[in-house]
Amino acid sequence: MALAFDEYGRPFIILKEQEQKTRLSGLEAQKANISAGRAVSRILRTSLGPKGMDKMLQSPDGDVTITNDGATILEQMDVDNQIAKLMVELSRSQDYEIGDGTTGVVVMAGALLEQAERLLERGIHPIRIAEGYEMASRIAVEHLECIAQKFDFGPTNIEPLVQTCMTTLSSKIVNRCKRALAEISVKAVLSVADLERKDVNLDLIKVEGKVGGKLEDTELIYGITVDKDMSHPQMPKQIEDAKIAILTCPFEPPKPKTKHKVDIDTVEKFQTLRQQEQKYFDDMVQKCKEVGATLVICQWGFDDEANHLLMHQNLPAVRWVGGVELELIAIATGGRIVPRFQELIPEKLGRAGLVRERSFGTTKDKMLYIEHCANSRAVTIFIRGGNKMMIEETKRSIHDALCVARNLIRNNFIVYGGGAAEISCSIAVEAAADKYPGVEQYAIRAFADSLDAVPMALAENSGLQPIETLSAVKSQQIKENNPHFGIDCNDVGTNDMCEQNVFETLIGKQQQILLATQVVKMILKIDDVISPSDY
Amino acid sequence: MVIEGPILEFHQKSPKPLRVYSAQQSKAKPQGQKTLALLLFCVLSGIRISNFPKHRAYDQVFFLCTKTQSYSPPSYFPWRCVEKILKDDASEEKGERARMASFVGAIAITDLVKTTLGPKGMDKILQSTGRGHEVTVTNDGATILKSLHIDNPAAKVLIDISKVQDDEVGDGTTSVVVLAGELLREAEKLVAAKIHPMTIISGYRMAAECARNALLQRVVDNKENAEKFKSDLMKIAMTTLSSKILSQDKEHFAQLAVDAVMRLKGSTNLEAIQIIKKPGGSLKDSFLDEGFILDKKIGLGQPKRIENAKILVANTAMDTDKVKIYGARVRVDSMSKVAEIEGAEKEKMREKVKKILGHGINCFVNRQLIYNFPEELFADAGILAIEHADFDGIERLALVTGGEIASTFDNPESVKLGHCKLIEEIMIGEDKLIHFSGVEMGQACTIVLRGASHHVLDEAERSLHDALCVLSQTVNDTRVLLGGGWPEMVMAKEVDKLARKTPGKKSHAIEAFSRALLAIPTIIADNAGLDSADLVAKLRAEHHKEGCNAGIDVISGSVGDMAELGISEAFKVKQAVLLSATEAAEMILRVDEIITCAPRKREDRM
Repeated sequence: MALAFDEYGRPFIILKEQEQKTRLSGLEAQKANISAGRAVSRILRTSLGPKGMDKMLQSPDGDVTITNDGATILEQMDVDNQIAKLMVELSRSQDYEIGDGTTGVVVMAGALLEQAERLLERGIHPIRIAEGYEMASRIAVEHLECIAQKFDFGPTNIEPLVQTCMTTLSSKIVNRCKRALAEISVKAVLSVADLERKDVNLDLIKVEGKVGGKLEDTELIYGITVDKDMSHPQMPKQIEDAKIAILTCPFEPPKPKTKHKVDIDTVEKFQTLRQQEQKYFDDMVQKCKEVGATLVICQWGFDDEANHLLMHQNLPAVRWVGGVELELIAIATGGRIVPRFQELIPEKLGRAGLVRERSFGTTKDKMLYIEHCANSRAVTIFIRGGNKMMIEETKRSIHDALCVARNLIRNNFIVYGGGAAEISCSIAVEAAADKYPGVEQYAIRAFADSLDAVPMALAENSGLQPIETLSAVKSQQIKENNPHFGIDCNDVGTNDMCEQNVFETLIGKQQQILLATQVVKMILKIDDVISPSDY
Repeated sequence: MVIEGPILEFHQKSPKPLRVYSAQQSKAKPQGQKTLALLLFCVLSGIRISNFPKHRAYDQVFFLCTKTQSYSPPSYFPWRCVEKILKDDASEEKGERARMASFVGAIAITDLVKTTLGPKGMDKILQSTGRGHEVTVTNDGATILKSLHIDNPAAKVLIDISKVQDDEVGDGTTSVVVLAGELLREAEKLVAAKIHPMTIISGYRMAAECARNALLQRVVDNKENAEKFKSDLMKIAMTTLSSKILSQDKEHFAQLAVDAVMRLKGSTNLEAIQIIKKPGGSLKDSFLDEGFILDKKIGLGQPKRIENAKILVANTAMDTDKVKIYGARVRVDSMSKVAEIEGAEKEKMREKVKKILGHGINCFVNRQLIYNFPEELFADAGILAIEHADFDGIERLALVTGGEIASTFDNPESVKLGHCKLIEEIMIGEDKLIHFSGVEMGQACTIVLRGASHHVLDEAERSLHDALCVLSQTVNDTRVLLGGGWPEMVMAKEVDKLARKTPGKKSHAIEAFSRALLAIPTIIADNAGLDSADLVAKLRAEHHKEGCNAGIDVISGSVGDMAELGISEAFKVKQAVLLSATEAAEMILRVDEIITCAPRKREDRM
């Protein structure tokens, strides 16, 4: 580490425990950072596109995850390097914001870093590169808006939405029945969507999975499923036109929160207390019965006596229902969550057309279906699959598809997938580069080159000649002035993504470019890395 | 040739060391230039170097290689030095290596359970690492795999599908793993022949679909004909049991299982079938009891035999009933008051018992304990009181006798009581049990297993459980196939046909699928000590005729007519095996990188 000395030859101590820290500065720091960032993007590169491969991840506890979702891979990878962590963050923010394209954004950032390294070697100042990238990204985003197409769909015409979701799902392991899953996702989103406000609350869609059966058995339930069964084995398994009391108070004698003691010192007291307790149970059950409830859903447990009383009064009950599920049930059935028995009134009951218990397989697995709810805005996607990892991966894939459908409802502009949008942007940026005087021009060109990285990776993963294919598509785009040409990953025979029905959302793509540029800028601006050396 | 590389250290002259050398490394400081020369020599002569601090040493060699101009580094050479991104103990395997690791893991698991397949499959002894080193002898695939501690991620996928198979259909837990393993074994060859995994996957998918359709075309559905259906069930049960320890008495047990399942009347709730294991006697002495047997003793001084019993099934506290209002406690200041309160408590219990008696019963079964005092009261009233029946027992009893489980006793008129003709104490071996016979609703029943030792009984229970699962699933999905390698042969034939029709590389994968299917009859024959190559070839020739029923008859060691031999399997089991095995193989094939995180550090708490 470089040291400064005063006139007596003593070193200045600037950093605390200076000698135990490692420090990289200047070009070296930038190169180290770039190489770390690129290492991350290289891992994800092979997962891109319909022919992308999966990664198998073993967590610290030995659990296995198999996925090709960029955000999940990075999250589970448990990276140590600071710059690599930035890339993880990048993928995560794409996941939060858009939900899809988490792999693409990292590949894009990796390509930008690679190009930046070359420029750095030629002696261009990192800030100039960053500025050039910034300008280029603006050009690209504007260009995307130009080539985007408006997509009309309505509650009846869901075909366009399904097509877009299918594009997302085609890169996952579930592509075997992507059509069915895409339809399920779109229907789910539409049933919870507020088309006027163009908003979708994805919290209303619950994605549940249960091992067993096959992927084709996955279904959309207009209602809620709860992984619980009736509290008493002899309660009815099916209730029609259920009126549901949703309770967050236990079916137990009250437990005053203030500290107190009831002292029993005489026989009379003992007896009155006992009678009171019995009356309390009776009252609770009676109260539920009085308001007309035909099903009680309780967040807490209740003891055997209460259980029997309920059973006796022909009042089916479910106990130990989780808070989130309780809320969803309340939303779906239009009921209110009742925290006290005293507040139980008929208006607060939820309504559902059908409540039934279903059992699975040979084990005693039971689930409760609450269907035909008063407010059908809460839906459940119930996934079946051969094994646990399959279910987990399907959950992630469905999440992506749901996000895509939501984005389309928010903003119904689409761009063409299969790398078509990137290629088109690359051409536009390349053309615009010449107009900029100064060093930034180089950075803008580099940006155009790195836009090519995504189609290039797509072609590579599909077993095509990357450079050859890319240049052919590019020239085709320029020649016919048509931004619909992309990489033909599935070997369909046409390059036209419009014909292949490969769509992506505009905001998703824009966000990818913006986020990638931002992170790269941030990495480029670092010129000094000081870290506690671990040796 | 692999050289275990020493930990190297180079001079600062290196082009760009990315990390400053660690203290530990500098301790073992070898002669810089010499090792470098060795390294260079290794790279130039194509010797692989392992266990190397990669990012530095390679960087050096790369630098030197570019200097010499005459030689370009080999392809496995990491071209650029990479800053480490993962944590220290984490490992990362890519491409070929990753694929190899998962193939090896999956195939190892397959080979492990392979020998248990089929009627002549062998058992495994599992010894637990826990205290006592308990021993389990089994040939149930799911049980074997569940007890293994596996580190290989691909192997874990296989174990998982076996578990799911167990939960879903109960049988075929070994077959599913073997099929998945064989699919991967075939895939490995294809990958070695430079066919991309994605192509293999799409071929496998087509093949699986085709195989399923082939099975669907050949299923037999005897739903309408109750008599035939029952004989189908019998055959399925015998086929399932023939590979287990019960094979000696398979007819006996098949009859037991079929009877038990038929009583369920279509419900899949196997909880209603109680299996009681009593060591002693021989397996043949096992029997199905129409009524219900509760593994409990009758209280002292209570009648040992009740005819026309009215039973109250309860779940209530019969010890000192607590006052449940929180914070209540007894605080008294004199002995006499203690006595008073105790008296009150007793009074309360007496009241409760009185209420129970008010139901007009002569048998009382409680899930919880019954203390001495109430027991005495019951004995006085001449009522049979059974305490501490476990929850499943209670539920079953309620099912059998048609009563309901009560917890409060205030309105006797509305509580439904259970009835049975006769309650008596019986002896099985040395133990006394309570036997309820002549029950109204015959849904639940009890199977009493007898056998020489605990291990035998445990294995017998597992086998019987498999059979019961399969049967109960078959009752719901009545489609039936022939067994003995027949379904595999049918599928293989159709898949082969498809392979011939399909153009492109996919056809190799489809062909491989059919080979993998054929591996199952091969293994069955091998395990029986037969000449598998000969038998399978004969079988294949037989199947060339339309509508052939040929399969491997392991007992006589020849190809036989499965329909005549009465070897059947449930369609649902075969379908589940086919689909989950393909799914698992696909999943493992898609992986091109394995990242293993650093194991979580356990904090040592002393």
